[in-house]
Amino acid sequence: MSGCARHLYVHLPFCVHRCGYCDFVTLVGRAEQHGGYVEALLAELELERARLGEPLETIFVGGGTPTFTRPAALARLLRALPRADEVTVEANPESVGCATAELLRAAGVTRISVGAQSFRPHLLDVLERRAGPDDVRRAVHTLRGASFDNISLDLLYGIPGQTTADLRRDLEEALALEPEHLSCYELEAKPGTRFTHTYGDELARQAEAMESYFELIVETLTGAGYRWYETANFCREPEAVGGRDLRARHNLAYWRGRDYLGVGIGAVSTLGAVRYRNTPRLTAYLSALADGRRPPREEERLDADTRLRELLMLGLRLDEPIELGAVDAALDHGALERLKRQCLVATERRAGAEWLSLTPRGRFLGGGVTAALLVE
Amino acid sequence: MDQNKIRNFSIIAHIDHGKSTLADRILELTEALSGREMREQVLDSMELERERGITIKAQAVRVNWKGHQLNLIDTPGHVDFTYEVARSLQACEGAILLVDAAQGIEAQTVANAYLAIDADLEIVPVVNKIDLPQADADGTAAEVAELVGGDPGQVLRVSAKTGAGVADVLDAVVEQVPPPAGDPGAPARALVFDSSYDQYRGVVAFVRVVDGSFGRRERLLAMGSGTRFEAEELGFFSPTLQPTERLEAGEVGYVITGLKDVRRLRVGDTLTADAEPASSPVPGYREVKPMVFAGLFPTDSDDYPELRDALDRLKLNDAALQFEPETSQALGFGFRCGFLGLLHMEIVRERLEREFDLDLLVTAPNVAYRARPRNGEWIEVHSPNEMPTDVEEAQEPYVKATVIVPKEYVGAVMELNNERRGRFDHLEYLSPQRVLLSYELPLGEIVLDYYDQLKSRSRGYASLDYDIIGFRSGNLVRVDILLAGEPVDALSLIVHRDAAASRGRQLVERLREEIPRQFFDVPVQATIGSRVIARETIKAKRKDVLAKCYGGDITRKRKLLEKQKAGKRRMKQLGSVEVPQEAFLAVLDLDSGR
Repeated sequence: MSGCARHLYVHLPFCVHRCGYCDFVTLVGRAEQHGGYVEALLAELELERARLGEPLETIFVGGGTPTFTRPAALARLLRALPRADEVTVEANPESVGCATAELLRAAGVTRISVGAQSFRPHLLDVLERRAGPDDVRRAVHTLRGASFDNISLDLLYGIPGQTTADLRRDLEEALALEPEHLSCYELEAKPGTRFTHTYGDELARQAEAMESYFELIVETLTGAGYRWYETANFCREPEAVGGRDLRARHNLAYWRGRDYLGVGIGAVSTLGAVRYRNTPRLTAYLSALADGRRPPREEERLDADTRLRELLMLGLRLDEPIELGAVDAALDHGALERLKRQCLVATERRAGAEWLSLTPRGRFLGGGVTAALLVE
Repeated sequence: MDQNKIRNFSIIAHIDHGKSTLADRILELTEALSGREMREQVLDSMELERERGITIKAQAVRVNWKGHQLNLIDTPGHVDFTYEVARSLQACEGAILLVDAAQGIEAQTVANAYLAIDADLEIVPVVNKIDLPQADADGTAAEVAELVGGDPGQVLRVSAKTGAGVADVLDAVVEQVPPPAGDPGAPARALVFDSSYDQYRGVVAFVRVVDGSFGRRERLLAMGSGTRFEAEELGFFSPTLQPTERLEAGEVGYVITGLKDVRRLRVGDTLTADAEPASSPVPGYREVKPMVFAGLFPTDSDDYPELRDALDRLKLNDAALQFEPETSQALGFGFRCGFLGLLHMEIVRERLEREFDLDLLVTAPNVAYRARPRNGEWIEVHSPNEMPTDVEEAQEPYVKATVIVPKEYVGAVMELNNERRGRFDHLEYLSPQRVLLSYELPLGEIVLDYYDQLKSRSRGYASLDYDIIGFRSGNLVRVDILLAGEPVDALSLIVHRDAAASRGRQLVERLREEIPRQFFDVPVQATIGSRVIARETIKAKRKDVLAKCYGGDITRKRKLLEKQKAGKRRMKQLGSVEVPQEAFLAVLDLDSGR
């Protein structure tokens, strides 16, 4: 167990409003606590510093709505973070003004992930999003103005009431902004959310239609010169952007099974054979760190077998093959042969090793194929 | 005991008409006479039973009433076990016919009353639950009198719940039921009317002594099977085991045989003294043959040996259960089991699951068929796969079905019976409101969901009883199901040719609904021989991905996949198609839309 992580996740939970579909650890408002929370974050980081291998490769500041955090607190945090090659901050369109963009730029942020979700006003209403389509456009132009050259947009599909035409429009609008990166997620009815209570049945009814939506997305985006490099993620092909690799490096670390440290309420770390999940309760978190103690956290032991299964599960989300030898013990070989015959997975010998990948059709069925590949 | 002071009787009743409550009341009433001493004795002997691990259930209880010995013989109350009722009645001279005053006569009441009349029993008609506000004691008494002949005024009215009128019932038993008429001086003969199995003491036979008497430690001979054994213990239930030295003519009791193999002593056999055997057995009763068959397969094929052991052990207490190994391409190793009826099948399945902790898959039941291939001999067909493809002639079992129903549902029941290839036999009014309908029906039409349909079309009011009357020729064909071109043996069925097309269509439609979409299109076909009679396609899945997966989600997503994996494990892999267990039951409830 190396226990040395080169990837850091920082959780900023505050939001102006909790959207109905959200099941993340979020807190509404609480402006007066932003400063204190950032101090606690930095204190936690200090306690865990020994687990970090510096210089870091990536930092991801997620939320909540990091850009909703009081500017002074946000600036304090970003300036106090260790150096890293890629620093991503999540932003909501309505909270990205010129000042915030400049603040982020000046603090060394290299990449912004904008939660657009949709460009259709009636669908944004269903999602309870505060920003309108114009806010998204404005945010992207503001960020461009602050010379950000790596912007990602999040889109949701499968919103109750969304037609194929709506989805086409969303994709067109998103592409018109020429983002370097796009994440497209199917809206999930997460248990216990208001949204599931209201729309759960409708989501279940439209599940079959969603199949063609996913195909439409992959078709449209790859047709527009984007690389479908992960199940739900797309980035511009290197040749269109001077050879730059625009994949989200931080997320790649997750998908490649690397160790990472997470700080903040609800944050998860995977360090060697242990996965920790911090308490989601703000008070407990703050008071522990005020006393110089680690926050309460759940611990999950990951044996070698489990990590291997995760490596297979995560690796198969990517468009690059994984080395068969590395995941061999997690594989059901009977299923592998069957799935090869069905042209859902492929193997090839290259550079003295055997490599495993999903075929394009296999990628559309990646969840089921992975479940079949996992040995009992 | 002087035979003239003995009365042997049963209580026959439709389920829930209060048989057990009346039996409890009788025990209380008669035990109360012997006072506290008796109660202590009961407790003592129960302690003893616990120590010896004896688990024998009383099948016949002896009580004393005004100087008479009354033996109350238990009868099962379910439609499948008519034959068991019949054999219990064989040990009696009389029967209490118990009818719920709020429900009136039901089909089983009629069937059991006829059994009793056929067996020349004296019937003591009793209307129960007169304390209920909705009770119609007069109306019910009139129905009962009409059924058994007699005057409604002579029908006793009781409430087993409150105890009102129960003493009168016992008096009536003493007065009306004749004493046994065997010959105490003749060579000993006893009818085995039931048996049970105790793991320490072997087969326990419940007997009714007809002639002569039996003593403890005597060598006995079972005349039918030729088995010889020593009577380790004789006795009666009171209601706990009461060993005695002798069982005399006319008495009812038990014999502990020490036999470790139930097959060596059949119910219906006659016991006699080995030293001085009787010349002929007591007229027994026909041996019942299972008429309903189904495949039982362990969900987890590793459990096959456990299933075999469990069936062996169940058989010890259930001589009617039959089974033989069966291999299915779809379901692996299991057993084809023969049952008396659907309820019997349900009971066996429940006991296997509950008492032996087995997870089972039961295929759709079918009846026993007879078939003669071209230029061949008659064969018995217990599984659709055994049905030859080139049948010259096929036969199926028929039943005489009795349905009792309020008159406004007669049309609905007739319609159902017509759909089920029934042949009208007769109709009679039991009362101005209630009608008895008698039909001849193929048993195969009943085993599917006839009873559910009957209940739903009569809003729950109809009651059903049936009795096998023999085999008749039918235009029967075997329908096979193909998944992705491969036949699935466990889904084959035998149906009447006229119904084949619609049944085939229903079945493939159900399968299309039950089988989840796969990675590829899966054609589902129903065929007769090589002719396709119905076809559906299960469209391939186009998307099956976990939406997003980042650092905080990994554990949850992994668990989701493991769950998906576990779901796959519960499916049967047939070629490249994964089929959930439920799909194999699709055949069962096909008829809802028919």
